[in-house]
Amino acid sequence: MTEQLRLAEQNAAVHLPEPFLKWFAEKGWSPRAHQIELLATAQAGQSVLLIAPTGAGKTLAGFLPSLTELAGRPRRKPGQARRGIHTLYISPLKALAVDIERNLGKPVEEIGLPVTIETRTGDTPAHKRQRQKLAPPDILLTTPEQLALLIAAPDARRFFEDLHYVVLDELHSLVTSKRGHLLSLGLARLRSFVPDLQTIGLSATVAEPDELRRWLVSQNPPGGMAELIVVTGGAKPEISILDSEERVPWAGHSARYATPEIYSEIKRHKTTLLFVNTRSQAELLFQELWRVNEDTLPIALHHGSLDVAQRRRVEKAMGENALRAIVATSTLDLGIDWGDVDLVVHVGAPKGASRLAQRIGRANHRMDEPSKAILIPANRFEVLECRAALDANYLGAQDTPPLVNGGLDVLAQHVLGCACGAPFHADALFEEVRTAAPYASLDRPTFDRVIDFVATGGYALKNYERYARIRLNKDGLWRVSNPRIAQQYRLNVGTIIEVPALNVRYVQAGSKGSASRGGRVLGKIEEAFLETLTHGDTFMFAGKVLRFEGIRENECFVSNAPGSDSKVPYYGGGKFPLSTYLAEQVRIMLDDPQRWKKLPEQVADWLRFQADKSVLPKRDDLLIETFPRGNRYYLVAYPFEGRLAHQTLGMLLTRRLDRAGARPLGFVATDYALAIWSLADMGRMFRAKKPSLAALFDQDMLGDDLEAWLADSWLLKRTFRNCALISGLIEKRHPGQEKSGRQVTVSTDLIYDVLRSHEPDHILLQATRADAATGLLDVSRLAEMLSRIQGRIVHKNLEQISPLAVPIMLEIGKMPVHGEADDTLLMDAATLVEEAMGTK
Amino acid sequence: MTFALAMTAPLADADPVGIAGERAICDRRGVLYFPELRLLTVSDLHLEKGSSLARRGALIPPYDTGATLLRLQAVIAAYQPAIVISLGDSFHDGGGAARMHSSFRERLERMMAGRDWFWVAGNHDPDAPADLPGETVRELAVGSLVFRHEPSAVRVEGEISGHLHPCARIVQQGRSVRRRCFAGDGGRMIMPAFGAYTGSLNVLDRAYAGLFRRETLMAYMLGTERIFAISHAMLRPG
Repeated sequence: MTEQLRLAEQNAAVHLPEPFLKWFAEKGWSPRAHQIELLATAQAGQSVLLIAPTGAGKTLAGFLPSLTELAGRPRRKPGQARRGIHTLYISPLKALAVDIERNLGKPVEEIGLPVTIETRTGDTPAHKRQRQKLAPPDILLTTPEQLALLIAAPDARRFFEDLHYVVLDELHSLVTSKRGHLLSLGLARLRSFVPDLQTIGLSATVAEPDELRRWLVSQNPPGGMAELIVVTGGAKPEISILDSEERVPWAGHSARYATPEIYSEIKRHKTTLLFVNTRSQAELLFQELWRVNEDTLPIALHHGSLDVAQRRRVEKAMGENALRAIVATSTLDLGIDWGDVDLVVHVGAPKGASRLAQRIGRANHRMDEPSKAILIPANRFEVLECRAALDANYLGAQDTPPLVNGGLDVLAQHVLGCACGAPFHADALFEEVRTAAPYASLDRPTFDRVIDFVATGGYALKNYERYARIRLNKDGLWRVSNPRIAQQYRLNVGTIIEVPALNVRYVQAGSKGSASRGGRVLGKIEEAFLETLTHGDTFMFAGKVLRFEGIRENECFVSNAPGSDSKVPYYGGGKFPLSTYLAEQVRIMLDDPQRWKKLPEQVADWLRFQADKSVLPKRDDLLIETFPRGNRYYLVAYPFEGRLAHQTLGMLLTRRLDRAGARPLGFVATDYALAIWSLADMGRMFRAKKPSLAALFDQDMLGDDLEAWLADSWLLKRTFRNCALISGLIEKRHPGQEKSGRQVTVSTDLIYDVLRSHEPDHILLQATRADAATGLLDVSRLAEMLSRIQGRIVHKNLEQISPLAVPIMLEIGKMPVHGEADDTLLMDAATLVEEAMGTK
Repeated sequence: MTFALAMTAPLADADPVGIAGERAICDRRGVLYFPELRLLTVSDLHLEKGSSLARRGALIPPYDTGATLLRLQAVIAAYQPAIVISLGDSFHDGGGAARMHSSFRERLERMMAGRDWFWVAGNHDPDAPADLPGETVRELAVGSLVFRHEPSAVRVEGEISGHLHPCARIVQQGRSVRRRCFAGDGGRMIMPAFGAYTGSLNVLDRAYAGLFRRETLMAYMLGTERIFAISHAMLRPG
């Protein structure tokens, strides 16, 4: 026995009550050092962040402080007042709460603890919720949205008065979203109810642990941090990149070339988990695998658009180890423990080193055994990216995104929620809100504008005073003006905005859904995709090839079309853009021929050809190639800054090129590069310095050009819609009616137009721009890039396309066209009519 | 993701259309103008929709009335009509005119001055708007034309109506475009809604069943620079 282990055991005896020690002993286990350390820290009255890899016994560690304390509590005597909730557990997923209830119930029962554990989620029936209010369990397992609801209830302060611990699971994934902002405000509220409340955060490895440590505790005084416990180690994962016998494609995302090789890996392992980045990739891979599934192995499909019942069946089969392989999107990303996975296959590039590490952590959920993973790059750039991610994982590099300031739309929702709970004083609420880390730097004027927004919309035109939702009374307290406001609030709480989607339902072929009521529902598909289909089109969904029969109200009717070729669902792009860290690693690799030795021969050859025909960009340079092709001229830039930043760059560059007379026609953006095509010879223009590339890529494009483009960008409208829904300007749901996605979309677009032209500085537009800068537009990343490449632009004017340009050139026309140029399409349609009618 | 950019080709304005023998211009801004009659008609202004929704707790920006009136002012200035017909649902609710800010009321009155102005009653505003000039009518016949808010179930040649807020949708190159539109079959015409906060309903929706002769139905879709005449066969539901 090592010295360290013996110390841990002695410590355990000090901190763990007898029944727990006995239970560990009966199981033949000993408590892990970090479990005891966390317990000791909590017993000393500190909040704490535990960072540990999967399989390290994180959950038990998180609950030990509660369980030991509850175990030592004297039993309640008859007639004594009921005790409130002792521990609140919050996880990002409903399923995770349910899972924990099961996992935690076991030791509680075996140790014989007098502890009640219950879940409360959106699925919890009303009578049970009612009962929980009257007779709360000791430990309540719930989600951020449910916490917001509990806080907005009039009895909130009393309900939480006995609260001691809040356990926050998967904290790394919670904090990066608006859900995290709402949760941080909820925590601040809980701290105002119970000043010595302790938090316990459980997280996977992150780049900046201190951000999470601050997040867990009050920021008054500023900079306060929870204690930190880090569990390092775990066995090093065995990761490899598939060295395919086949040719790795230039472009595309299907990785179809590798199907037989993936299948033989499935055959060699007990259970294989196959991760892909998008739903359509999942559908395609699933189809391809079944095409080669000669042994009819049980291979299943799992993604968020599938019908819930279907997903539960797959999860259950997985838990029972009845499946050999599961093709999944990020729905399975978080730490739910199912079955004995012994291989993780990652199809497509992982887009971030941390994400890769977390996904691989799913295999072999025991910390001491190495996990096994294979990366399958779908194209040549992805080979580079996989290699970079793989090196990073070995080095333990982390590239979780930095935390951003809390959204003002979320704050507006919270302010109304507080008012629904109890009247508030603006000074006190301001101080309370600033204890939440995401809002620590919020200034008072902005806070007051948010209050004004919640009250009357916050418009310069003071028209709505008489319709105020909250009112300032003579006693200095803000109150909801009407009980109906609270009712509406409860229906609309939360920050998750669903994309408008329709149910997909089976019907008889050719019935258009009118004759029969139809068969079962397969899941949901985005309206935007369905709108591009016509009767008879085929597409893949739920692992089947389906024929589109028509749309009726909120349902899309489909029939089976086995054996047909399918028009693949649209490629929604990778959900996650390439991380800054991985992008840099790829640039470093390109710049270092020594490292090409680790690459597959065909990919290394490709880079050598590029060096020969053009040039490879240096680590901090920006390579721009120009060349003619067909009757067009092309510009290809290689910033490696991710699709979103490239998209924004493309929008801005084309505006500038248009002004310079280059007559640009369109552009395409990938994670790695940007291509613009035009009628004029851009290469010649740049050489004549009309304009110079330095001027074209000057940082000032983020000024007026950005503003002008943003004016009616659909990207900004989409962002505005989210802000409008979250802030409560528009209701997701109204008592007694459910608005369809379309109705909301139309009205927020119209509202956006009107608000933008009449009050461009309105707080909601301010929130929208802030969101867009870090979200869909990724302006912050673009700004960093523009500053990095100053004086470092390398221009190659070529006679023809370069090897490096081939992948992005192949994307042109393959991806759906998005644009502001809708009128051109109308023009085409109208011209067809004119031709047909013989008027032209 | 691929992006197409707008082509800046010069665009001609649409040719006038015939409605029961009368010549009319479908203006891309959403009004219908009869040059021979010097008559301009506009439908579904839904003024004060913002404040109407605010009464029920949705505090959406109170600028819709101002925005709608500015656009109306522009088309009136362009055509200088002798007669203006507001084809119903001019106000989002019966109290709309009374709630309207005095500056908007004045702007409206300046537009009305020197013209014959008719408020056709709509389902949202069945009664005359409070304290505003102009004549309120159930419907109005002018020559071979009849103006009313809701299209009648039986076919009436020369009927100009609103109420349904028509829009049309086409799919070209895998992209979908939806726009407000005039819907006409040569016999009757249904006007697009003009108000800043008005939504729209596809002309292929069941609500339009039996209103048009399918074979001659055209959707005159509102573009940024001009009107686009799209035949029935190219339209998509949804």
